[in-house]
Amino acid sequence: MTTYIMNWGVFFEELPGGGERYWQLIVSGVGWTLGVSACAWVIALALGSVIGTIRTTDRPWMVHFGNAWVEFFRNIPLLVQMFLWYFVVPEFIPPLKSWIVQTNPANAQFVSAVLCLGLFTSARVAEQVRAGIQSLARGQRMAGMAVGLTQPQVYRYVLLPMGFRIVIPPLTSETMNLIKNSSIALTIGLPELTFRARELGEYTFNFFEAFTAATLIYIAIAMTANRVMALVERRTAVPGYIIGGAK
Amino acid sequence: MHLDFSIIANSLPYLWKGFQYTVQLTVTAALGGLFFGTLLALARLSPIKWLSTFAGGYVDLMRSIPLVLVIFWFFFLMPEILQWATRAERPVQIGAERTAIITFIMFEAAYFCEIMRAGIQSIPKGQVNSAYALGLTYGQAMRLVILPQAFRNMIPILLTQTIILFQDTSLVYVISATDFVGAASKIAQRDGRLIEMYLFVAVVYFVICYTLSFMVKRLQKKIAVIR
Repeated sequence: MTTYIMNWGVFFEELPGGGERYWQLIVSGVGWTLGVSACAWVIALALGSVIGTIRTTDRPWMVHFGNAWVEFFRNIPLLVQMFLWYFVVPEFIPPLKSWIVQTNPANAQFVSAVLCLGLFTSARVAEQVRAGIQSLARGQRMAGMAVGLTQPQVYRYVLLPMGFRIVIPPLTSETMNLIKNSSIALTIGLPELTFRARELGEYTFNFFEAFTAATLIYIAIAMTANRVMALVERRTAVPGYIIGGAK
Repeated sequence: MHLDFSIIANSLPYLWKGFQYTVQLTVTAALGGLFFGTLLALARLSPIKWLSTFAGGYVDLMRSIPLVLVIFWFFFLMPEILQWATRAERPVQIGAERTAIITFIMFEAAYFCEIMRAGIQSIPKGQVNSAYALGLTYGQAMRLVILPQAFRNMIPILLTQTIILFQDTSLVYVISATDFVGAASKIAQRDGRLIEMYLFVAVVYFVICYTLSFMVKRLQKKIAVIR
């Protein structure tokens, strides 16, 4: 009868090539996961804010563009989008293609993954931002107009400062989703955390220990992100307002 | 660059088989996930402490790690568990396709649990009390009074989650199961036609998901009027 043999010391053993140890493999995976997530998050927040905001304006073409953006990224599986960014898009952009051919594969994977996750998450952020702005009392926009502000000013001084605060809790869960979704980058070969955990399992057959480590790290990252966003929420709270049902 | 879409026409039967598996996986996981998710939701809302702690822990765990990692976990654990359960000589292999079905049922149960929990909590407490006052047992009160209403209120969200599930099933690619994406990518790699294949796959998914979510939106409006 074959039984699985636990070996928690596996993380401190050396790789077959020598020099590096297995825990270093996991740490480098965490680095890629956090790096991809952070860069994609910047893109998602910037684009998502713009797209979400223009979907609440009174310009039909802006609203249609924003809606099309969201529907496009929301209705194609993330895995397929990943393949599109890595295998298909470069074929249509010759300079990008020639850069990918000569650069280190990890760079090309990183750029593809960041663009893919950033744009995918931007659609989700846009949806949250739109909902946040539309949840504000209609009177706020009218009051802004009545005191003579232009539409950009109404957004800049009245709607967005409140809208963004309302949106913080849903953005927290989108941040978690982004970190989890970054694992899909392993399908194009990016050596992020899940990739490294599986690699460790394949080298040593200690899959249980490898996946347990990855699971605990993901939980730790999620809890940290949660704390950071809760801190942001507390720091930006407007006295006298109940934000997003919290507190 | 030279595009040749005849590859798609030539491989349609194989793609269709992959697509059928995708649909089968989605439907099975949705129904199984709904069943176990409802049980989990009842456990989570249960006054029995250890039961609600267990259900809450399971749901939080599933929701805090990536689906890809969950798939790897089950792919690795399933043969070991089956070996233990059947007292077999060696780990029992059941193949990527069947492993995927079990994985998705277990994973979706966590997400459906949260939806059903919200649905149950949206029913006024007086309904439970009046059910008990009429002499119904806990099981009867849930089955005849609470769950039918909770389920109906949550239909649009359950359907939206199923559309997300339909997209997520593409991740069985990581254990080389032949779903729609798996079938497409096997042919794409064999014939070196990645561009045509992945564009085709993207269009198919987009058309289906866009249509379905459009229908869900209409349904949502209809239900909103009834309520």
